[in-house]
Amino acid sequence: MTKFLSLLGDGLALGAVYALVALGFVVIYRATRVINFAQGGLVVFGAFLVYQGEHTWGLGFWVSVVFAMACCAAIGAAFEALVLRRMIGQPIFAIILITIGLFLLVEPVTTTVWHNPPGGIATPWKLHTVKLGDVRLLQVNIATVVLGAVVLGAFFLLFRYTRVGLAMRATAVDQEAALAQGISVRQIFALSWAIAGAVAVVGGMMLAGGAGPAPGLSVSLSLIALRAFPAIILGGLDSPGGAVIGGLVIGVAQVMTGGYVPAEVPALGAQFADVVPYVIMFLVLLVRPYGLFGTAEVERV
Amino acid sequence: MERVSADAAPLLHVEQVTLRFGGVSALQDVTFDVMPNELFAIIGPNGAGKTSIFNCLNAVYRPQAGSIRFDGEEIIGKRPPATAALGIARTFQNLGLFVNLNVIDNLMLGRHHLMKTGFLAGALWLGRAKREEIANRERVEEIIELIELGPYRYQPVGMLPYGIQKRIELGRALAMDPKLLLLDEPVAGMNLEETEDMARYILQVRDEFELSMILVEHDMRLVMDIADRVMALDFGQPIATGKPEQVQADPRVIEAYLGQPDEAAASR
Repeated sequence: MTKFLSLLGDGLALGAVYALVALGFVVIYRATRVINFAQGGLVVFGAFLVYQGEHTWGLGFWVSVVFAMACCAAIGAAFEALVLRRMIGQPIFAIILITIGLFLLVEPVTTTVWHNPPGGIATPWKLHTVKLGDVRLLQVNIATVVLGAVVLGAFFLLFRYTRVGLAMRATAVDQEAALAQGISVRQIFALSWAIAGAVAVVGGMMLAGGAGPAPGLSVSLSLIALRAFPAIILGGLDSPGGAVIGGLVIGVAQVMTGGYVPAEVPALGAQFADVVPYVIMFLVLLVRPYGLFGTAEVERV
Repeated sequence: MERVSADAAPLLHVEQVTLRFGGVSALQDVTFDVMPNELFAIIGPNGAGKTSIFNCLNAVYRPQAGSIRFDGEEIIGKRPPATAALGIARTFQNLGLFVNLNVIDNLMLGRHHLMKTGFLAGALWLGRAKREEIANRERVEEIIELIELGPYRYQPVGMLPYGIQKRIELGRALAMDPKLLLLDEPVAGMNLEETEDMARYILQVRDEFELSMILVEHDMRLVMDIADRVMALDFGQPIATGKPEQVQADPRVIEAYLGQPDEAAASR
């Protein structure tokens, strides 16, 4: 039981990261029907920008995080305004390929600018453990869950209760009708990309700071970010709430598998946990292709 | 006694508008005026260009030639949200409601362009944004009263009957406090009872609101009953404009709808 609870803690932390990255996918998908494969790139870039602020400029941790969020939000919005806006009317497929191109750019750019950073990100929470009864939880995991909840909570308040959120929801349903109400659909697109950029930074910073099975500050963070993909398939491509639940489920499933399978079912191999998110994705696609909370018509896409 | 004054300046002045898609002319030299408080109807066979006119008026399409002056401002070249801000509201032929949002949210979106607080203040729910929201919500309640949507307030509009959805769309357009209301087939697909209800609401709007309306409609009885003036379009060109009974009796209009007599004879 102790082992279970401590694995649950790890799983929720990893799941919180997936949820943040998945939310970025969903926000962009809802507004523009584009699956943004560059999302993993924003995660990496965000983590390195935090490092840049903290180590190179000595800005302090929180200032660096806010700085990186602002940068990635601006990058996202600029990418939408300068590149994707020219692609309006082109097949969605072409736009998705552009996002893959952007993703491929991130690794060479990051390694050129930062080479191999000597240290990781120095977070205010260290790699200490906290004991709750018999259960040992890593501080970083607690911080990840709390910070994830704050960021996701802020998004949902915006989305549910503000005029901007209402405009975002309306644009997702019918762009032509939204225009007729005086909603600037361009602004909503740019805002969606900005939000995706900002939440990606938080996810990347947490991964680089030691949450989950992360390699520290490295370009391979983008591969971990790609596991948010099973999360959105599970939750539903166009459901922000689904992204959060999907992220948590995938995170917990992955960590639990890693904790139990090597000992209990050695035949599956030690790395089986890395495959589990994709196994879940595969099963969901077979049974319920639009996910737990997605709109059924997404099936046709 | 006249609601529409003949010597006032027109609210909308459309002149020589031509809209082409590739080699096909959707609209050819379309010219008409709409006066303040006037209920102006556009009729014509399918594909005559009626909805294209609406799409030009709210800047979704950009005509290749001509001029559209609304309340002294040129519309051509503007972006669609700007036309909403100028006071042009529209409903859609096949409904353009936000189906998974409730009635209140749909009508609040009609108020979107009237809300001045910026994106950030709106997002952070600052004091001014909150007061603004409350004021706009009150206006939405007035409209809900007027067109009798009270019982449906919190229901997602996609779940409601078609006739009610058409009415919600009218409500959303009214929530914009428009100077010009574009109604694209407001009674299409409705039964007799629903049609009469809608006609009653349109007349109520005409009498109680300070606005002009352009009505695109196939239901001739409705058009003849409520329109002040009618323009008939055929293949993108106006063929007659005037009082409903004049247009109805115009030989070119009859020809557009029924075909030429000798054509019919020749095909026999």
